[in-house]
Amino acid sequence: MSETLAPEKVATENVAVMNQLAGRGVRAESPLYHAGLDKLSALNPRAGGVLLRELKLLGHLTLRGSQKNASFMNGCAEVLGLALPTLPLTSVEKGGVSIRWISPDEWLVVLPADQAYEVERGLRAAIEGHFSVVNVSGGQTILELSGPNACDVLKKSTVLDVHPSQFPVGKVAGTVFAKSTALVRRSGEASWELVIRRSFADYVWLWLQDASREYGLVIKS
Amino acid sequence: MLHIYCPHCRELREEEEFHAKGQAHIARPLDPDACTDKEWGEYLFFRKNPRGLHHEIWYHTAGCRKFFNLTRDTQTYEIKEIYKIGEQPEVTADKG
Ligand SMILES: [Zn+2]
Repeated sequence: MSETLAPEKVATENVAVMNQLAGRGVRAESPLYHAGLDKLSALNPRAGGVLLRELKLLGHLTLRGSQKNASFMNGCAEVLGLALPTLPLTSVEKGGVSIRWISPDEWLVVLPADQAYEVERGLRAAIEGHFSVVNVSGGQTILELSGPNACDVLKKSTVLDVHPSQFPVGKVAGTVFAKSTALVRRSGEASWELVIRRSFADYVWLWLQDASREYGLVIKS
Repeated sequence: MLHIYCPHCRELREEEEFHAKGQAHIARPLDPDACTDKEWGEYLFFRKNPRGLHHEIWYHTAGCRKFFNLTRDTQTYEIKEIYKIGEQPEVTADKG
């Protein structure tokens, strides 16, 4: 029987799982490494309306599974220490781990990079049935925008309604962002996180510099 | 610009986040080898182009990346109904 017809029957033991973290002595470069954000933050201590920080080199795991699979839901809660948010467009956070709802059967788990391998193996051991966990850490990065004008920069960049009445703290939405895409999360009263693709990181970085120029952009490390 | 309700994200979003994927409810022939060229050709290439109600598949490309069905009036662009894949429309041309 093909796996298309009976995906739930396919054993997951053939999946190759590897620790994607580079070993000691290997320089890890975030998607915005070339921008030299640390250097910019050091020579750029002035005030401005928009603060930008790359939450770089974190572990990103894409989780997919059915909410009807109790083993999946329980296994995730057990291994992650947090239940998957089932309400659309919500997120949960505890300690260094955050989980963003992406669709009814997809979530993004962000956690410290050195925990990603262990957590991935833990999930594979704990969950039975049809599910998927993929380490996508190298494929994307997170930019944090904060400050009094962060919201104004978002309004220039996305079609989302980011008014506080429509976008409470903790809300998550995948959307178009500056003709690219981003997973937007309001992480605090005046702070926002954008999960962006590695290949678009430079473009978004250039876009954000331009969009925040009139308010003053401060790079934080 | 259409304002489209995604049944998975459960809120209205801008059209820019979506892609239209054409006519909905096209059943693939169960046994393609048993089709005549005419039947197979009609399945592959021929689509309705009604003036009025049209059932379409849409894709929330930039959002949840899920497909869903949408019934739209092609004259007024008014969206009459949104329903999930696997479901049948309530609003149809014969129901007026
Ligand atoms: Zn959606």
